[in-house]
Amino acid sequence: MAREYRTIEEVTGPLMLVRGVENVKFDELGEIELEDGRLRHCRVLEIEGTDALVQLFESSIGLNIERSTVRFLGHGLELGVSPDLLGRIFDGMGRPKDGGLDIIPEAMRDINGTPINPAARDYPNEFIQTGVSAIDGLNTLVRGQKLPIFSGAGLPHAQLAAQIARQSGVLNSEEDFAVVFAAMGITFEEADFFINDFRRTGAIDRSVMFINLADDPAIERIATPRMALTAAEYLAFDLDMHVLVLMTDITYYAEALREVSAARKEVPGRRGYPGYLYTDLASIYERAGRIKNRRGSITFVPILTMPDDDKTHPIPDLTGYITEGQVILSRDLHRRGIQPPIDVLPSLSRLKDKGIGEGKTRADHADTMNQLFAAYSRGKDARDLQIILGEEALIELDLIYAGFSVAFEESYVSQGFDANRSIEETLSIGWKLLSMLPANELKRVHQEYIDQYYEDTPEEVDG
Amino acid sequence: MDRRSQGEIVKVSGPLVVAKGMRDADMFDVVEVSEKRLIGEIIEMHGDEASVQVYEETAGLGPGESVVSRGTPLSVELGPGLIGGIFDGIQRPLDILVDMEGDRITRGAFAPALNRDKVWEFKPVKKEGDRVTGGDIIGTVPETELMEHRIMVAPGRSGILKEIKAGSFKVTDVVAVLEDDRSGRVEITLIQRWPVRIGRPYREKISPVEPLITGQRPIDTFFPVAQGGTAAVPGPFGSGKTVIQHQLAKWAQADVVVYIGCGERGNEMTDVLMEFPQLKDPKSGYPLMKRTILIANTSDMPVAAREASIYTGITIAEYFRDMGYSVSLMADSTSRWAEALREMSGRLEEMPGEEGYPAYLGSRLAGFYERAGMVHCLCGDDEERVGVLTAIGAVSPPGGDLSDPVAQSTLRIVQVFWSLDSNLAYKRHFPAINWLTSYSLYQTKIDSWINDRIAPDFSRTRLDAMTLLQEESELEEIVRLIGQDALSDMDRLKLESARSLREDFLHQNSFDDIDTYTSINKQYKMLSLVMLFYYEAQKALARSADFAAIMKLPIRADVARFKYVPEQEVDRWFEQRKEQLLAELGGLAG
Repeated sequence: MAREYRTIEEVTGPLMLVRGVENVKFDELGEIELEDGRLRHCRVLEIEGTDALVQLFESSIGLNIERSTVRFLGHGLELGVSPDLLGRIFDGMGRPKDGGLDIIPEAMRDINGTPINPAARDYPNEFIQTGVSAIDGLNTLVRGQKLPIFSGAGLPHAQLAAQIARQSGVLNSEEDFAVVFAAMGITFEEADFFINDFRRTGAIDRSVMFINLADDPAIERIATPRMALTAAEYLAFDLDMHVLVLMTDITYYAEALREVSAARKEVPGRRGYPGYLYTDLASIYERAGRIKNRRGSITFVPILTMPDDDKTHPIPDLTGYITEGQVILSRDLHRRGIQPPIDVLPSLSRLKDKGIGEGKTRADHADTMNQLFAAYSRGKDARDLQIILGEEALIELDLIYAGFSVAFEESYVSQGFDANRSIEETLSIGWKLLSMLPANELKRVHQEYIDQYYEDTPEEVDG
Repeated sequence: MDRRSQGEIVKVSGPLVVAKGMRDADMFDVVEVSEKRLIGEIIEMHGDEASVQVYEETAGLGPGESVVSRGTPLSVELGPGLIGGIFDGIQRPLDILVDMEGDRITRGAFAPALNRDKVWEFKPVKKEGDRVTGGDIIGTVPETELMEHRIMVAPGRSGILKEIKAGSFKVTDVVAVLEDDRSGRVEITLIQRWPVRIGRPYREKISPVEPLITGQRPIDTFFPVAQGGTAAVPGPFGSGKTVIQHQLAKWAQADVVVYIGCGERGNEMTDVLMEFPQLKDPKSGYPLMKRTILIANTSDMPVAAREASIYTGITIAEYFRDMGYSVSLMADSTSRWAEALREMSGRLEEMPGEEGYPAYLGSRLAGFYERAGMVHCLCGDDEERVGVLTAIGAVSPPGGDLSDPVAQSTLRIVQVFWSLDSNLAYKRHFPAINWLTSYSLYQTKIDSWINDRIAPDFSRTRLDAMTLLQEESELEEIVRLIGQDALSDMDRLKLESARSLREDFLHQNSFDDIDTYTSINKQYKMLSLVMLFYYEAQKALARSADFAAIMKLPIRADVARFKYVPEQEVDRWFEQRKEQLLAELGGLAG
């Protein structure tokens, strides 16, 4: 029986100081028993001599420092794993939330995980068809990638995430797929949207959900993503499944981290976030990937809402430095009814180059992708000019580009949240659009592909 | 004398452990923490209390556990077996650890950096009775097809060789015996140790004059880095820092490449590990991995080891420089290293400087970059050996904002600045090096070298091209105000020629088999052709030729496709197209 302490000295915000402890370790999990027998959880943040500074996961309401007792459990925070995780819904600390029975674990796993040896990693290069042109064609997702969605308040990131989960072959494939979903600090409605969408498509049987809602304890959110990733690692690397991890919303997670850091009076980095935010986020994101000689994989699509749509805010900024690209949603496109409102120019998939081309998608994929980007970018510049100076000030070629960029948004990007386009469809829409331009403008495309796919149109430009 | 001292933990806070009873330990001694024997380094002493930064995860440590000093500072092993290896921040061999411990890095895992069982062929170049001093090469080991590993006398030693043998040896076997002038008999093995925080000595530094050819057009032609120079690549995420670093690691004209992945993505290291064995060195045709050493401390690995990784990498690089090689070192990213410094500083409760970074950030960064350079290597008076260490660091400023302390401190030191621009990246113009804001302070020094060897008008052509780009940005301002139609034909020609310069020369596709590397000869010819079109079209316009007709000339498509012409066809292709260009433009009616 672990020793019990009645020596709580102080409680401030999410922190609590326990004096006179013995044999307590850094990062150890503790249980606090309140007067009425209710249990709260905490973990050791710092241990100095016989003083343990601990962080509470739940609220401190009703905690009496005289009459509450603390026990340290001799291990860190753990998740019990077993194949029965599938189809279940848990709270942010990994307790069943669906009214079902407790899981009988096959093993207990420390939720912090251990870093993957870079020499053991296998490079992600298998194309995942999400059925979304702006992703498949231009910012291709590959198995084992971490590709976040940068969104803003009020933008349809949930619909896009659900669409990706639905169309990425979760259901109709022979291979073992699973979805792990973690909600941190989102509203009941948003969580309910995901649960219903998974129910509607039957994906729920292949899902594990960890739900921490906006009114659940904020500090619990520090554990939630790690719970989810521990479950994902088990499914991927013990049970050989291809796991898609959806996580929303990283912003609330970072805020919980900031709360603890502020309570510890640490020197803040930018905007009050702790200096170790990068390292902390990396310890979550880097758990995605593939490992040599293992069949399973973890593909990770976290969602974060950029405060005030600001991409340079520390949370999207640091995330962008760790993840392998980003999908950025645009308020402007959303207002104009483009669905999904993916702003393809600042979006990026770093791993796309090894996941596309002959044998994966199609040989001309890389060239058309580069050309579409370049042409769309030029077209947008031309449209900006057109707004300021009027149509007359543009030379003919720029007018063609402007028209191209509008058509690109309306037919390539905009497809609705239910359309599931094959990669062939996406590529042929791309070639239709490129055929609006004179063939000699296609400098990024090898001649052989122009000969094969370019559709001659009567609209030749007259210099 | 046993310098080991044993204390016990009093405090654990993340990667920082404080131990008492450490009075006998020295600053920066390596310690072993707890029975798990986690590696740490003493970074502060207060009386008998030592603050230790621990290079591994500290969960599960508590007061009372042991802390034992090893009595030596953090050092690396130098010898045959480094090339082709992948090591973590404290030089543990990651590929060996996979075999020993599995897919994940377990705590306290240990394996010697250099394989102890592998046998190497040692061929002496000195003989018994020779007088040698520190830095002298006593023999060689063919480490890979690309690399002759030169075994040197450790710096600080000098004396008479008593014994030296040829044959097959393991790294720990004695290959020679030295009668040292001060310490008497010293056995020399294939292995040396050197503390990472101290730069390896050299005789003197030389001012760099030769360019480091990288095969990247915007770099070699416009913003070259010198052999032994320093360069920084700052840019926001997604602007292509890592791709540039990878391209340099692949194609830079160096004998040895040390690539430090410092706090970056695990998959990027995997990419290098899987791709480099497949890629062939353009000079020798052997796989690039046979000249590459990787230091991988990815972002999820312990933060303190990230701090050490930069020093581990540059010490290994210096070792090869001392052999007389040209070594290129890429560090991606120094910002993550600085963050590790900040995290430790915060835990030590030091007074923060800007943005929470410690006040000594600038001097630490300067200390790192100053270890680069072209040097006369340490060796006996009868020999002359030149070694080169070029250092190229990526910087990841928050939000791409260059007022960030790490970016600012770096820019004060480095001589070359490749400014990556997110707007160019959005347009998929790669490498996204902004030609208006980047600079190279080596340019004037390198110009004469390049004019002598490639073409006498190289620097003039480049200057014209730069002027054209400058004029383009001014003209674009005007276009934004009054539209392109308002421009004269001459100005429109400038815009079109600048566009051709951007798209047909500066844009380089690193994923295309041919475009990924451009020899300096081809660079010059590509640039010449673009500029020749501009000069000749100007003449045609002066003869009042029709602007639209000039724009429709078939040669323009050929100019655009030059980048895909294989190296061996370049010279012929260039001469033909030059003639064609002159004929087409000359043939236009006036």
